[in-house]
Amino acid sequence: MFSEWKFAAKDIAEKPDLFTSGHRACAGCASATVLRLIMKATMGPTIVTTATGCMEVASTIYPYTSWKIPWIHTAFENAAANASGIEAALKILKKKGRIPQEQVDVIAFAGDGGTYDIGIQALSGAVERGHDFLYVLYDNEAYMNTGIQRSGGTPLGASTTTSPAGTVMPGKLEPKKPITEIIVAHNIPYAATASPYYWRDLIAKARKGIEVNGPAFLHVFAPCPRGWRSDISKSIELSCLAVETCVFPLWEAINGEYQLSAPSKAIALKPERKKPVREYLQMQGRFRHLFTPKFEKVIDEIQRITDERWQRLLKKCSMALN
Amino acid sequence: MTTQEKVWKEIPMAGVCWKPSTQYLTGDWKTYKPIRDLEKCTRCVLCVLFCPDGAIHWKPEKEDIEFDFNFCKGCGICANECPVDAIEMKLAEET
Amino acid sequence: MAVAKQKMLALNGDEAVAYAVKQSDVDVVAAYPITPQTIIVERFSEYVADGEVDTEFVCVESEHSALTACLTAAATGARAFTATASAGLALMHEILYVTSGCRAPVVMAIVNRALSAPLNIHCDHSDSMVERDCSWIQIYVENSQEAYDSIIQAFKIAENQELLLPVMVGLDGFTLSHTLENVQTLPDDLVKKFVGTRKFPLVTSHEGKNVPFKLDPKKPMTIGPIDLYDYYFEHKRQQEEAMQIAPKIIQQVHKEYAKISGRRYGNGLIEPYHLEDAEMAIVCVGSTSGTVKTVVNELRSKGTKVGLLRLRTFRPLPVKEITKALENVKAVAVMDRSLSFGGHGGAVFHEIRHVLYDASKHPYVVNYIYGLGGRDTSPNLIQKIYRDLQRILETQQIEKPVQFIGLRE
Repeated sequence: MFSEWKFAAKDIAEKPDLFTSGHRACAGCASATVLRLIMKATMGPTIVTTATGCMEVASTIYPYTSWKIPWIHTAFENAAANASGIEAALKILKKKGRIPQEQVDVIAFAGDGGTYDIGIQALSGAVERGHDFLYVLYDNEAYMNTGIQRSGGTPLGASTTTSPAGTVMPGKLEPKKPITEIIVAHNIPYAATASPYYWRDLIAKARKGIEVNGPAFLHVFAPCPRGWRSDISKSIELSCLAVETCVFPLWEAINGEYQLSAPSKAIALKPERKKPVREYLQMQGRFRHLFTPKFEKVIDEIQRITDERWQRLLKKCSMALN
Repeated sequence: MTTQEKVWKEIPMAGVCWKPSTQYLTGDWKTYKPIRDLEKCTRCVLCVLFCPDGAIHWKPEKEDIEFDFNFCKGCGICANECPVDAIEMKLAEET
Repeated sequence: MAVAKQKMLALNGDEAVAYAVKQSDVDVVAAYPITPQTIIVERFSEYVADGEVDTEFVCVESEHSALTACLTAAATGARAFTATASAGLALMHEILYVTSGCRAPVVMAIVNRALSAPLNIHCDHSDSMVERDCSWIQIYVENSQEAYDSIIQAFKIAENQELLLPVMVGLDGFTLSHTLENVQTLPDDLVKKFVGTRKFPLVTSHEGKNVPFKLDPKKPMTIGPIDLYDYYFEHKRQQEEAMQIAPKIIQQVHKEYAKISGRRYGNGLIEPYHLEDAEMAIVCVGSTSGTVKTVVNELRSKGTKVGLLRLRTFRPLPVKEITKALENVKAVAVMDRSLSFGGHGGAVFHEIRHVLYDASKHPYVVNYIYGLGGRDTSPNLIQKIYRDLQRILETQQIEKPVQFIGLRE
């Protein structure tokens, strides 16, 4: 149970990895940290399914596997349908007495491509049907596995291989789709955003998502040095800055009630702590072109959108100032 | 492909994996290697939590951490996040 | 075992399928409605609503998710069933390969229907013929009775531990799905006993242990990894091996089922009809075989040596059986209810002619494309085909190897 869970750093550190070493994620991959930490939030029997993508490919290059729990991958767009089938099977097999009478948790991992874009239909259906599973979106903001193509989760101004910064185009023209709000609109019992820098918050949210009855959605920010053209040592730092700039605020919605999580709440209470997006953008090569006279207005636009979305979130959390 | 690889009748069906990735060492990917200052280190274990590769272990019996260079890819996240700057990244071939 | 006392019910093809699924102790049904399959999911939903089945019914948002959920349910150890048609099967295309590749013994009813465009809801075999290469066993039935019998057999075939391949059972849209027939049904407990409970072969996992092939938290296993040029080929060879042993298992299950039901469909693979001394034969799959049989009877009564080979199992292709059944026939007309555009005929024609190439004698083999989009194929048209074969034998010449029949020309 959640109340029995120990969240001290050493308790977490001591827990053996269920997503193990020897995976072939790039050096500095925050998604790998995210998966490790979330797997540390599990307590009992667990089955994991993963959509096609970086973490699937990096963790199961045949004949090797990084998973110490039962794991299945089938395709790209159907992680939530995978989970639906597993959950349905567990329910009926337990009822018929063909498997032990114990809770088996089901977790689905998918990237931004597999969630915002091609997987949204299966996800929407599974959430509407109310299957008991935790869906984790590890969001590295583009199709990194296929070579950094833009997705619905790619932010405005980011240069990707299908939204390249050119002489006339400033990278991607559209801001991120508000995926977690879309899922909250399904009346999901639990949805939250998280960042690996705030590891305790991340693990606590994963634990809540596992324990809640019915579907849970966890949107985790996952910097990708390869695709973001950022220093490989800066992935966790970037996941902190994204929160500090309110580019990626941390919040949860419990039965549709929005509330800010501690790191973002601190900013809401002391707005002077909110850092300019420029600080976050300048650490990443994917935004390099914005720091030229031709495209610098895009930075203002990113700031404007970030502020607007932050204000809207504050209203949802009943924390709007003024 | 080497001749040691199994023929089709010998492998498990359906692509079921038969080796743990802990047998696949990624340690040789690294250019830089983390070197820890034992004096400075407070054993806060943040590096253990943040390491993408699970290559830093907390050993409660020793009250200390241990790097596993078989898997460390040398990203330097541990050094970057260390709150007391106890980890320095050095060229692996020089250490 | 003596043949069981059976109950005759008036069922259409879809209802016969739903009834068989109801009796087969299925754990998970995940399905999405599409004409003319809808009655299957509707009837099954009623069984669920009335508490008549012990099944988790997942009313998914697409066929893609329907098959996905069946696949992962089967991988978790459940008996899983779905049903679809036409565009629904096309949407499943990707997951058909994944299901067989993961060796998930899912059973699926295909209520055969034409593919768009233009949109058409009526019968032809384009939807499932195009999926013949996806490593699923394919059985095509002639009537609703056989639909009922074949679904029950399909679970036992798919779940055979040596085999573990998914099975699709094709029944003709509307002609069978929506037409009431008398169907003999077995007692519930007998069907349940016949299909049994799922058993799992042992495979070696990454922990070096031999564990039952399913997702079990106590015995972890990784299914569906990325498999590159070093092993993918070997895995595909394993699937082909399963297909090679499938005829034996299909026949065995068919025989066991005949013992309790008293019903046989040839040997389970092919059903020869008056072929022993036939000079001319039609080869066909599905419900049109019934029409052909009527015409064969009529022509036989006039002394013409005609016969029919109904292909019940199309995948795996029963090569030996087809050869033996047809090599002494002098002229063969293959009827295809689908067309491989630009491919010189339909799928069944391609394969029958291909099989006969290695036969000791080579009959004339011609192709008739018929019934696309639900076009009716009357006994007159079948008679014309036999007349054409007669002319080929008289002239010793094929004028047109591939023809359309029942088309306004």
